[in-house]
Amino acid sequence: MEKTRYELNKELAQMLKGGVIMDVTTPEQAKIAEASGACAVMALERIPADIRAAGGVSRMSDPGLIKAIQQAVSIPVMAKVRIGHFVEAQILEALEIDYIDESEVLSPADDIYHIDKTRFKVPFVCGAKNLGEALRRIAEGASMIRTKGEPGTGDIIQAVTHMRLIQSEIRRVVSLGEDELYEAAKQLQVPLDLLRLVQKQGKLPVVNFAAGGIATPADAALMMQLGAEGVFVGSGIFKSGNPAKRAQAIVKAVTNYNNPQILSEISENLGEAMIGINSEEIDLLMAKRGE
Amino acid sequence: MHIGILALQGAFFEHGQMLDKIGISHHEIRSVADFLKPLDGLIIPGGESTTIGKLLSDLQLMNPIREKIQNGLPVLGTCAGLILLAKQTLTNGYPSIGTLDVVVKRNAYGRQLGSFFTKAEIAGIGSFPMVFIRAPYIESVGESVQVLATVDDHIVMVKSLRQTGVAFHPELTEDDSIHRLFLNDCIEYEKSRS
Repeated sequence: MEKTRYELNKELAQMLKGGVIMDVTTPEQAKIAEASGACAVMALERIPADIRAAGGVSRMSDPGLIKAIQQAVSIPVMAKVRIGHFVEAQILEALEIDYIDESEVLSPADDIYHIDKTRFKVPFVCGAKNLGEALRRIAEGASMIRTKGEPGTGDIIQAVTHMRLIQSEIRRVVSLGEDELYEAAKQLQVPLDLLRLVQKQGKLPVVNFAAGGIATPADAALMMQLGAEGVFVGSGIFKSGNPAKRAQAIVKAVTNYNNPQILSEISENLGEAMIGINSEEIDLLMAKRGE
Repeated sequence: MHIGILALQGAFFEHGQMLDKIGISHHEIRSVADFLKPLDGLIIPGGESTTIGKLLSDLQLMNPIREKIQNGLPVLGTCAGLILLAKQTLTNGYPSIGTLDVVVKRNAYGRQLGSFFTKAEIAGIGSFPMVFIRAPYIESVGESVQVLATVDDHIVMVKSLRQTGVAFHPELTEDDSIHRLFLNDCIEYEKSRS
């Protein structure tokens, strides 16, 4: 039994399960995240809420910043590239990044093609709103999936919608007859072999995290109870009143997502949550980027 | 016989699957109440050792687990689990259980690009498929510690009384011999208590 690079990459995602991946913009924030129990950090110049506020074109972060964050912490470091921007991905691979997020949070570089992720040795995580998107990204070589949610809003509704949809589509696929899978693959626009795997295992063939709009321990626990295997928290931590305290509380909430007693204790006196914006009030829906 | 699997973060589910295949009952440990349920052995899985260590402290699990291991509870630590069992870890001072007399180097093979698969001999088991994910290795061991496997001259598996420390991930393979080795200790422990 030889393990391929792709399997090793899927297995790194398995090690992240039950954990919280936090957006950080400085080495200092990265250290706070690590000390608070983050299982990985996402290095970026601006958190999604600020990207949203600043407008304009949003790109891969300065490699200098990413290196400084890699040196500051011992946990895995991830970074984002624009959808379809395979040269940004080549640059991150040269930095030996632990995971690349081909992310709708940045301005897309290609409105048709995603990156051919099978050409890379480093692993990729991609966002998805439904089962079709998730399996298309996996077919392109993604070794981890996250819901898109609506980044930078602090509004959980989109992440809930995406997670519920993916789970209910998986349940539907499991209930199909062998001979019905061909039509389902056609409708979902996904490879048949991946759909067979979903039917056999009753889950995505890679780890599936929740992302986009998580701001409180309760939000994180909600996503876990809906079937997420871990969470990304972007703007929710460092846009709040007490980042370290909130970060620690969210880490504990993901471990004890089924224990309301512990959840109520850790939700006390966290200071102000990020103010957030209602996802219905915004003009730019990042989740619509790259299907 | 019944096994507890520390489920604070990481690949605990995979260890459960392995025990299911062997036919051993188990439960997940996320709180002190979970740890107080009767158990004949403990598995500490892979994941991020800093995360699991922080949660062990915050959830008041560190001391009870340390005491029980010192009193003979068999334990299997894989990857992050090995780091948490180690008496000393090079690179940082995060809290750990510290019952296994070894010095461990975290991220010893570098970042994810350094992750690899190999096969190597384990004393008493034979050739074993080894998955190393951002793995540690053991720099040195105390007198009471038996070295069971090395890869490229680095120690990757040890045993000391009923503590088994493994730098790689047996739970990600089909081979259950390391789990069975640990379960032998658990049978002995169960007998010694009854």
